[in-house]
Amino acid sequence: MPELKPLIEIKQLNKHFGKLHVLKNIDLTIHQGEVVVVIGPSGSGKSTLLRCLNRLEEPTGGEIIFEGISITDNEHDINKLRENMGMVFQQFNLFSHMNVLENITLAPKKLKKITSEQAEKRAISLLEKVGLVEKATSYPAQLSGGQKQRIAIARALAMEPDVMLFDEPTSALDPEMVGDVLSVMNDLAAEGMTMAIVTHEMGFAREAADRVIFMDEGKIVEEGHPEKIFDKPEHSRTKDFLHRVIHI
Amino acid sequence: MDFSFLTNYHMFFINGAKITILLALFTVALGTVIGVFLALMKISKNILLKGVASIYIEFIRGTPLLVQLFIIYYGLPMIGIHFPDIPALGQNFGDFMAGAVALSINSGAYVAEIIRAGIQAVDKGQMEAARSLGMPHGLSMKKIVLPQAFKNILPALGNEFIAVIKESAIVSIIGIHDLMYNADTVRGNTFQPFEPLIVAALIYFVITFTFSKLIGMLERRMNTDART
Repeated sequence: MPELKPLIEIKQLNKHFGKLHVLKNIDLTIHQGEVVVVIGPSGSGKSTLLRCLNRLEEPTGGEIIFEGISITDNEHDINKLRENMGMVFQQFNLFSHMNVLENITLAPKKLKKITSEQAEKRAISLLEKVGLVEKATSYPAQLSGGQKQRIAIARALAMEPDVMLFDEPTSALDPEMVGDVLSVMNDLAAEGMTMAIVTHEMGFAREAADRVIFMDEGKIVEEGHPEKIFDKPEHSRTKDFLHRVIHI
Repeated sequence: MDFSFLTNYHMFFINGAKITILLALFTVALGTVIGVFLALMKISKNILLKGVASIYIEFIRGTPLLVQLFIIYYGLPMIGIHFPDIPALGQNFGDFMAGAVALSINSGAYVAEIIRAGIQAVDKGQMEAARSLGMPHGLSMKKIVLPQAFKNILPALGNEFIAVIKESAIVSIIGIHDLMYNADTVRGNTFQPFEPLIVAALIYFVITFTFSKLIGMLERRMNTDART
């Protein structure tokens, strides 16, 4: 179970896109070593919430504190903070003009002041971890979706982040690829990585999550242990949503 | 058809072609520099830079090249800006410079739009992924976005360069001894209105055709390199 040391504290977070109010007074604390899974209907703001955490989206109000440092006050170098927050995208976003090894080693070489040998050694061990060592010199276009996503996870891990953010990591995959990606994520969780995951994989949420957050219309409607959310949801909207996604 | 004038006048065509190629090379180089800066200005978040670049591009693309050339050639000296004659670089270097600068200013606007479109065609996720790893904006541009944009840009840029070679004929009007000017001189001297222009057209075609084949080769090579 997670220790209760807060890693990310979100206070009264708001986000507007023009007149659209997509995040409404979100309060959420993610603790060290915790796996938090965010579920909810599309358009509920869950991806936006995740993207606010490393400021790929600029919050329009509120505060986010990461490892004791405010990332929303503009006094700290957001690039430095991002080095400690890995992110995995729905569309993988591998650098298409670079091979797998270059994808993984680029940021560590440029930002961590380590030698090419060190970066490559680390990249190979990460590739072993995601089971794709033989793809080191392949280009993204030569890989399947599941392979791309596992490489993307390795690329994020190469910066040795303290938290990993997953934005619908399996939503763009063919069904038979989903398992490979989820098993890599399960391994990470077992190693104690702090993870915030937006997903539609309810089975994974139930198994891997320490805490499940249900969002709807820009608000956190309900949160708690997966068993509570999935088996005894309190709110009608949570029940409604689960009913639709699980029984279709 | 009588091409016998070539025995006496072939050097006119060769020297004219040299000037045309020189002019095109200069224009391509300076036009690309201008275009890169304008494109970066136009995609920047700074409203002033963006505005200046937009006005420049719209104005240049919305006015005739001939008018621009005359403004540079006749207009600038009136307000005290002269292009110096540098004897070491050949006669009438000042005129050459005026022509080259006018062409570059014009081409720069088109190149800017090509580059801007090429950069914006790169999937936004590429920049986001780079930023999410902690790479600053400039580094992400340099390492991730621009190399991919270059592949989008190259074909259109090749077309623009070919257009520059053809449009450069307009500088014959201000007396630069380019291929068009010299062909016209031969026409006047020989009283043959037709054949010298055919020769000029063929030379223009050889230059542009060779250039487009070179660009095509470069494109193919880049594609095999990245295999995307």
